[in-house]
Amino acid sequence: MSIYDRAITVFSPDGHLFQVEYAQEAVKKGSTAVGIRGKDIVVLGVEKKSVAKLQEERTVRKICALDEHVCMAFAGLTADARIVINRARVECQSHRLTVEDPVTVEYITRHIATLKQRYTQSNGRRPFGISALIVGFDYDGTPRLYQTDPSGTYHAWKANAIGRSAKTVREFLEKNYTDEAIATDNEAIKLAIKALLEVVQSGGKNIDLAVIRRNQPLKLLESKEIETLVAEIEKEKEDEVEKKKQKKST
Amino acid sequence: MALSSVLQSESADFSFNNDRSFSFGCRFGQTNLGFGAAPGDRLNFAIKASLGPDDKDGPERKIEFLHGTTTLAFKCWINFSVAERNHQRTASKATNFSSQEQLALLNQPAIPFVIIPQFQHGVIVAVDSRATAGAYIASQTVKKVIEINPYLLGTMAGGAADCSFWERLLARQCRVYELRNKERISVAAASKLLANMVYQYKGMGLSMGTMVCGWDKRGPGLYYVDSEGNRVCGDLFAVGSGSMYAYGVVDSGLRQDLSVEEACELGRRAIYQATYRDAYSGGQVNLYHVHSEGWTRVSQEDVLKLHHQYQEPKK
Repeated sequence: MSIYDRAITVFSPDGHLFQVEYAQEAVKKGSTAVGIRGKDIVVLGVEKKSVAKLQEERTVRKICALDEHVCMAFAGLTADARIVINRARVECQSHRLTVEDPVTVEYITRHIATLKQRYTQSNGRRPFGISALIVGFDYDGTPRLYQTDPSGTYHAWKANAIGRSAKTVREFLEKNYTDEAIATDNEAIKLAIKALLEVVQSGGKNIDLAVIRRNQPLKLLESKEIETLVAEIEKEKEDEVEKKKQKKST
Repeated sequence: MALSSVLQSESADFSFNNDRSFSFGCRFGQTNLGFGAAPGDRLNFAIKASLGPDDKDGPERKIEFLHGTTTLAFKCWINFSVAERNHQRTASKATNFSSQEQLALLNQPAIPFVIIPQFQHGVIVAVDSRATAGAYIASQTVKKVIEINPYLLGTMAGGAADCSFWERLLARQCRVYELRNKERISVAAASKLLANMVYQYKGMGLSMGTMVCGWDKRGPGLYYVDSEGNRVCGDLFAVGSGSMYAYGVVDSGLRQDLSVEEACELGRRAIYQATYRDAYSGGQVNLYHVHSEGWTRVSQEDVLKLHHQYQEPKK
């Protein structure tokens, strides 16, 4: 098997492209990112890696705007992500220039996915080691969430997670993503935080959150706002636990 | 190389040639169909235009529309209530209501005078059909409107080959866009694609002056694109050697409250008057109407027949 995993352009006898699969392993090592599509809002949450004492916090952001109405979060190799994000940003503006319309979220996702696919089929290059969650609103106001992976495929999702412990988060979302859960903007944001809290160690400090509301640009939530929301969630949890206790006792 | 890049590229890319200075020698509205018509020169029809050893009327002379064309397109308000009332009136040859008639219409209480808001715009496209090679009339039955797709039209003025080739290429690009993005291309984007394609050949002798007309989700669209690299959005354009005559007629007859038939008649009249005075325009008047459902071919009428129609009442 190992003789088929050196060159990217070689299939293994059982149909695998090993380099691509190894790239997906690299993604699984990255910090978690979660995306949620609400009715009038799209939310991206990422696990912030703890920074060294002397390091400035704001240099590396995992959530980046691609255009006014589209943004993305990634999991995997940060350097690869920087390249992909640059190309995507240029393409967003090129599209505005040639077509005189802002990109649709699907278009820019397709562009990123095509870019990634090209790198799985050329000589001397390796695939990008990132998965991306791309969120935004289309020109007609529909919210969208797409996920791409190193192989170059992309799918639309209602809610998804990538990176470390993505499976746990996705299972949580599958249980808890209901129409009531995303009924209001605030609820959608709280759902994202709840999902991240499942896997993130020490609570609100290690969470970064960004939202796009319809016809509004990307907004990165400040740590104070996140702390407030986390406190709300904790309180709700406690209330639920108390209610259950009361039910049992009566 | 530029053509191959156009044919192969996924997105229209244009090479920016920094040496070339952008000369806006032609004023808006004045025909500037590339080489041969010097900016500021109003006598378009007197100048010969071709590359290389010319001034000979010989077999090498290429067939072109350049100075033998009148193409016209304008956006119009379509007032449907007035159109309803027109059905009740007998078909009139004159396009202008007399003021008394208008008053009579307004006083009829039975039919409400509803003004439909802006999105009822349409675009009327009228062209002639003559192709010349110098003083020789090559054809009287040329199709100068190319049907790019069921909701986009392109007109042709300039070199015959250039126009038809590039507009067919545009049709191909539009179709690919539609398949890739699962939605129709907008008129702005289609005209931009065409403009970017020909800009790569700027200065190399293309001669094309076209109007891209259509209907997209933003409503009616009308863009003038030429081989100089101009791309202008507007409500009214006339292109070709007979454009001045057409402008005169349209400018004096264009009103906000034209009905569909009146607007068509105005376009028809404008082209007829242009063919009457311009030697290089003639043949038939082809009329198209672009509306929200796409374009419709309204009529094709021989100029001679129109001549009898318009001149008879004067005798």
